[in-house]
Amino acid sequence: MRGQARKESLSDSRDLDGSYDQLTGNPPRPTKKALKQRFLKLLPCCGPQALPSVSENSVEDEFELSTVCHRPEGLEQLQEQTKFTRKELQVLYRGFKNECPSGIVNEENFKQIYSQFFPQGDSSTYATFLFNAFDTNHDGSVSFEDFVAGLSVILRGTIDDRLNWAFNLYDLNKDGCITKEEMLDIMKSIYDMMGKYTYPALREEAPREHVENFFQKMDRNKDGVVTIEEFIESCQKDENIMRSMQLFDDVI
Amino acid sequence: MAAGVAAWLPFARAAAIGWMPVANCPMPLAPADKNKRQDELIILNVSGRRFQTWRTTLERYPDTLLGSTEKEFFFNEDTKEYFFDRDPEVFRCVLNFYRTGKLHYPRYECISAYDDELAFYGILPEIIGDCCYEEYKDRKRENAERLMDDNDSENNQESLPSLSFRQTMWRAFENPHTSTLALVFYYVTGFFIAVSVITNVVETVPCGTVPGNKELPCGERYAVAFFCLDTACVMIFTVEYLLRLFAAPSRYRFIRSVMSIIDVVAIMPYYIGLVMTDNEDVSGAFVTLRVFRVFRIFKFSRHSQGLRILGYTLKSCASELGFLLFSLTMAIIIFATVMFYAEKGSSASKFTSIPASFWYTIVTMTTLGYGDMVPKTIAGKIFGSICSLSGVLVIALPVPVIVSNFSRIYHQNQRADKRRAQKKARLARIRVAKTGSSNAYLHSKRNGLLNEALEMTGSPEDEHMTKTTSLIESQHHHLLHCLEKTTGLSYLVDDPLLSVRTSTIKNHEFIDEQMFEQNCMESSMQNYPSTRSPSLSSHQGLTTSCCSRRSKKTTHLPNSNLPATRLRSMQELSTIHIQGSEQPSLTTSRSSLNLKADDGLRPNCKGSQITTAIISIPTPPALTPEGESRPPPCSPGPTTNIPPIGSNIVKVSAL
Repeated sequence: MRGQARKESLSDSRDLDGSYDQLTGNPPRPTKKALKQRFLKLLPCCGPQALPSVSENSVEDEFELSTVCHRPEGLEQLQEQTKFTRKELQVLYRGFKNECPSGIVNEENFKQIYSQFFPQGDSSTYATFLFNAFDTNHDGSVSFEDFVAGLSVILRGTIDDRLNWAFNLYDLNKDGCITKEEMLDIMKSIYDMMGKYTYPALREEAPREHVENFFQKMDRNKDGVVTIEEFIESCQKDENIMRSMQLFDDVI
Repeated sequence: MAAGVAAWLPFARAAAIGWMPVANCPMPLAPADKNKRQDELIILNVSGRRFQTWRTTLERYPDTLLGSTEKEFFFNEDTKEYFFDRDPEVFRCVLNFYRTGKLHYPRYECISAYDDELAFYGILPEIIGDCCYEEYKDRKRENAERLMDDNDSENNQESLPSLSFRQTMWRAFENPHTSTLALVFYYVTGFFIAVSVITNVVETVPCGTVPGNKELPCGERYAVAFFCLDTACVMIFTVEYLLRLFAAPSRYRFIRSVMSIIDVVAIMPYYIGLVMTDNEDVSGAFVTLRVFRVFRIFKFSRHSQGLRILGYTLKSCASELGFLLFSLTMAIIIFATVMFYAEKGSSASKFTSIPASFWYTIVTMTTLGYGDMVPKTIAGKIFGSICSLSGVLVIALPVPVIVSNFSRIYHQNQRADKRRAQKKARLARIRVAKTGSSNAYLHSKRNGLLNEALEMTGSPEDEHMTKTTSLIESQHHHLLHCLEKTTGLSYLVDDPLLSVRTSTIKNHEFIDEQMFEQNCMESSMQNYPSTRSPSLSSHQGLTTSCCSRRSKKTTHLPNSNLPATRLRSMQELSTIHIQGSEQPSLTTSRSSLNLKADDGLRPNCKGSQITTAIISIPTPPALTPEGESRPPPCSPGPTTNIPPIGSNIVKVSAL
């Protein structure tokens, strides 16, 4: 414990003079503002009048996120828009607000929350894809409405809605069709969530093979991409997938 | 998984939709949520303060009391709430743990109370959040030290069954206050250490002149006297060292310990001096060896706690000291170099080399400033002033760390000492309370018996004397009584002076230890004179030995060897029985001892079949054994005299 305390104290002291960024472990790239600030601090002649203009922006930068607070629309509107009951919405919002007091989730938060469910593997890539799928207006944050809208489709939607949503998730660039590269990314992210210690051990080619499999099944006209119609059609023909879609009926 | 994130589990499960279409194999069945209740508010009533929370909040941690079905035991049907008879303040922290997933430790809370509450609610203290963990660990460590201290001193006070001579000696050496002999030894060695150090010092003082105008130090003038003194001291030290070596539980460890090394180094020069011949070359070296005699002063650290603490502090601050040394060395080298080159130009400069400048730098940095080496050039003066300024800083920085370490350790020791001092008072209070409660038992017992006897003898006037005991007390007493009856064993009152715990005397009932001891003493006095020594071991020995004789002595009692008191007691036995009741005062005051002595025999009146013997009287625990002036004990018991009184056979069985 002594050694640990020592290490921490070292890092703390380095953090104090700004030479060590605790988050990433690298020295922070000195921005122009920060350099100017440091120089000005040393000179006794530069009184307080020089500093405020420099510090104002940085203060703002620091507090940017925490001053933003988002409130969702009223309960009735959400009830209309989604297929959840009032009580369900209440439960969902309580959980949401507990974890994100500011009312919105940004990508970092999202990844961190999701990673708590998969302690062994690395779920950050998949979480990014999920985030992009939930963030329908692409503004970099998921509000409670987005959250609930997504959940409504997955948990209370028809099978077709769900398949649509899944397709949306896979289609990374939202151009209406899934290419092999996109599918490979998705597959790799799913395999990443498993972590290193699996049985049998993860082989390098496993994701690629899996993608080939998938395209074999889904790509009807063998043109190298899977469109939404092909996807839905193929899924409807597959019993396993149909059955698994019904799993979501009683998640909440 | 953090509590808050548990609420996001539905989301995580929903997000699994991305895996479905790409899966190769069918998915497993989902666990069915059998009791799909709507989330409801539950009320937790903790000592009157009502807390409310959602059921799902509590169910986040199913392996705690509140999260499992264990809380159903506390459900109050009438008020439809869960009632806990515990501390509401700590419950606040517990409930916050469920809500936020972080367990906090409030600083104002006592550590053992907090631990108890956590244990009750089934929460492991290891989950305490980082923000409060340091504080928690510190307090826990302090508490553990206190407990260890208590245990240690308890162990010290217990009568260790039989210490070998060697062990007693070692104990005497380590804790001088255990016996007077050890204390004497302690002071004698201290005195001789002082004498030895003073002689070493005085030896070198110049002491008058000798014809020839040469100043002689006292050591050479009175050589014989000093030699005798030195010899005496070394003798004492040698004897002490050998005794310690003999008594040490682990000789190897003792030899390696610091104090033993100091002892050896202190006496070695003398022996080497004895052995060495008067060789010219060697005697020079021998004179140097005498400097080691000054180490005798370190022997004082056995006598002074402060010195030991200082030594311990220095050891524990070794890293800070090392840093101080390192930074000083760096600074010295830098400044010495600079000064050397700055003063190179000046003529007749004392800064002849860099090592020579070391002296100047050290003297300046520690702000001594002897003035034997002084810079003359302007550059030299500038750098010299920078040197002295920085010296102050460099030295001042690590010193507070060392000081605070010393202070912490010193206060720890102070606390331990204070605790030990207060402990005596505390134990005395506890003893009074404890014996009070067992006295109460004896009391009520006697009252109960008294009542029975009164019923028998039919005198009504005593009824008003019975003390009203509370229901709980009476139930407790009944319980103890049942236990006695069941096992045929008995309780002994815990007398602090005699410190004998429960015995396994068969067929005895409640016996007051003092009475018991008194009896033993008296009976044993017939056969051999024994001194009433207060020490534990002797008393115990006496007890066991005398009691074993008692059964054999049944026939001796009628002899005229009996002290008069015994006879008197016998007569009283008889008279009491015949007379029936007496008016005992039910208080346990000293004055009523006389009366009480007689009461105990009532039960004998009762039945014909009593094989249990000796009832006696609760006496106040603070009494010192009063010796023969005490009223005659009732219990002397062995009893062939008594049968004429009744058909009671009062037997005293062997211990």
